[in-house]
Amino acid sequence: MSPIWTLLFVVALAAIGYGAGRARAMRSASGDIRNLHSLPSYYGANAMLSVLVPALALMVIWLIVQPMFIETRVQQHIPPQSYADSGALSLIMSDVRRVADGLTVAVREGVFSVDDAAGLNSQSTDIRAALGSVGVALGSDVEPYVLKAAQEYRALSGTGQTLRSIAVLALALAGLIWSLRRTNRTFRARNVVERALLALLIMAASIAVLTTLGIVLSLVFNTVEFFKLYPWTEFFFGLTWAPSFGGGSELGILPLFWGTFYISLIALAVAVPIGLFAAIYLSEYASPAVRGFAKPMLEVLAGIPTIVYGLFALLTVGPALVALFGREGTLGLNWMSGGTAVMTAGLVMGIMLIPFISSLSDDIINSVPQSMRDGSLGLGATKSETIKQVVLPAALPGIVGAILLAASRAIGETMIVVLGAGAAARLSMNPFEAMTTVTAKIVSQLTGDADFASPEALVAFALGMTLFVITLCLNIFALWIVRKYREQYE
Amino acid sequence: MYDTAVTEQTVDQTTTKISARNVQVHYADTHAIRDVDVKIEDKTVTAFIGPSGCGKSTFLRTLNRMNDTIDICRVQGEILLDGENIYDPKVDPVQLRAKVGMVFQKPNPFPKSIYDNIAYGPRIHGLAKNKADLDVIVEKSLRRGAIWNEVKDRLHAPGTGLSGGQQQRLCIARAVATEPEVLLMDEPCSALDPIATGQVEELIDELRKNYCVVIVTHSMQQAARVSQKTAFFHLGNLVEYGDTGEIFTNPIDPRTESYITGRIG
Repeated sequence: MSPIWTLLFVVALAAIGYGAGRARAMRSASGDIRNLHSLPSYYGANAMLSVLVPALALMVIWLIVQPMFIETRVQQHIPPQSYADSGALSLIMSDVRRVADGLTVAVREGVFSVDDAAGLNSQSTDIRAALGSVGVALGSDVEPYVLKAAQEYRALSGTGQTLRSIAVLALALAGLIWSLRRTNRTFRARNVVERALLALLIMAASIAVLTTLGIVLSLVFNTVEFFKLYPWTEFFFGLTWAPSFGGGSELGILPLFWGTFYISLIALAVAVPIGLFAAIYLSEYASPAVRGFAKPMLEVLAGIPTIVYGLFALLTVGPALVALFGREGTLGLNWMSGGTAVMTAGLVMGIMLIPFISSLSDDIINSVPQSMRDGSLGLGATKSETIKQVVLPAALPGIVGAILLAASRAIGETMIVVLGAGAAARLSMNPFEAMTTVTAKIVSQLTGDADFASPEALVAFALGMTLFVITLCLNIFALWIVRKYREQYE
Repeated sequence: MYDTAVTEQTVDQTTTKISARNVQVHYADTHAIRDVDVKIEDKTVTAFIGPSGCGKSTFLRTLNRMNDTIDICRVQGEILLDGENIYDPKVDPVQLRAKVGMVFQKPNPFPKSIYDNIAYGPRIHGLAKNKADLDVIVEKSLRRGAIWNEVKDRLHAPGTGLSGGQQQRLCIARAVATEPEVLLMDEPCSALDPIATGQVEELIDELRKNYCVVIVTHSMQQAARVSQKTAFFHLGNLVEYGDTGEIFTNPIDPRTESYITGRIG
């Protein structure tokens, strides 16, 4: 029985369990709901869960464990001298799986009978031709030990599948019977179902946390690999970024880091005043009608994909800046030689961050209690004095938190930089020169066709790890500030 | 509406600080205050009593134009403070509020130090010439608020760290610091325990020497304890206004009597 069918049977059993559990509870209460501890649907849900949870858990575990178990058994048929390392072994094993699958197809198509497939001999039959005729193409002729392993593989898989179906269905049935036996009018089905719900919530939360952990671990391992190949002092303190895939690269993070920092700084210098003032206007002065129109408009800005901002930087802001500050520019300053520059990327990134800051600050300013404003107005302060001296100080921790969150977005931003700031890694103070950031370089290091074991490719993970640590620290700092001062006005 | 003979008699003895004539307040379509006429005397505690929603807080807030901060609120009629109509377009509501201080139901100290809470008003209105001057104002206000002894050693601790009763006295001191002429109190003790309430009531009685105090309260015992004049509001109308003793012992309007004896409310 295939897993799908088993699943369908289990679900059907669960449905039966729901009905039976409900009915049994009602019977034990002689038809009166008030005699029951819980509502009838809880008894049904309890029976349903008793069928589903253990059976599905067993099925998932079996589906994971069985292939691993079979692989180790089948590997014994492959002579150790036929492979050099684990890589070669896994290639042979994928051949084995392919032949095994091919045999299954061939049996289904009627080329071999079931007994034929089990007793085939690679000397007497041309397996490759036979499998080719049913649409399974093999790269080379089948070695005898591969065929033997494949046959074993098929046999074990078949047995495993049968056993699995039996075990899962038996467990589902056992769950059904056990839960029905427990069902009577004093059984606290509601509490049991509640606990199952709790388990579901915990599972969802742990998946989120574990994924983060997994991402970090995958970064850590590759970063460690990188630092085995490249000295960490040169990575962290090197002043040149000059990767060359032929070897002898200089991979100093400082120019990239400076670019990231510089662009983020300009972005925040644009976004913080504009965003904050917009938030103050919207939350304190705007009439409900204006607010109802302007706030969604601002949030539309937050919904624009960053690549579109990148195009805006490349096609509009860059040329406009060159027209002002370039060689032939209106101001005649000759500061800027091309459209891609720190300024271009910074300005556009700032525009991208405005809704982020204004929307968060708006919420925070709104959460300052009205009694604070009343208190200040009641003392004869004007509206702007009230905002400046009472509302903003009270909202400051939250606003700082919002700014730090925006900063970590600016640091992580890639597309705008790739299109707006150029690709030259450079340490310079001039904001009209092209520079690049950590994220943009991660992209260019990994999209090349470099060997994945070379320091030039692995450096991307070290860059990613560094970036991750920095934004993590920023976020933790932001949360800490928000939390530390949150209760001040409650 | 009320017995004019009683008020006229007392007006002869003291000066009228605030006089309201034919005041109407609307919230959008709701007529919250109808035809209120009242004369509030200086150096007196006047209590507004009445069941919830009767308009006493709304009327209190018209006295320093705090209702201006509510968009849908409209006030008609005239309210004279020292003979000058406070709803006259020439009057700056901000300046008015410096003269008519307000204390709110829930203590609302700013998230600043105790010192900065008190210094807030004087700083805004430029009442202190220098730091030493400001120190004097802060100490004087805290003494007036009857809280100086409790906080003098921690003037730079946050005002939000005080107990509820201390916070409310801090708010009263904060209102006093701007040197108002009238103090409006909107149920100042409703968030306090009996001991803190006692302290604040004592303070209100002290404040009477220097200010015209108007207090809204739900507690009739409190009105009887602290006020000299009482106004009873019901469904947006000023039902009865007179000496506190008279109102509580010998009410003229049957509605007042019903409320005081606990039959309506």
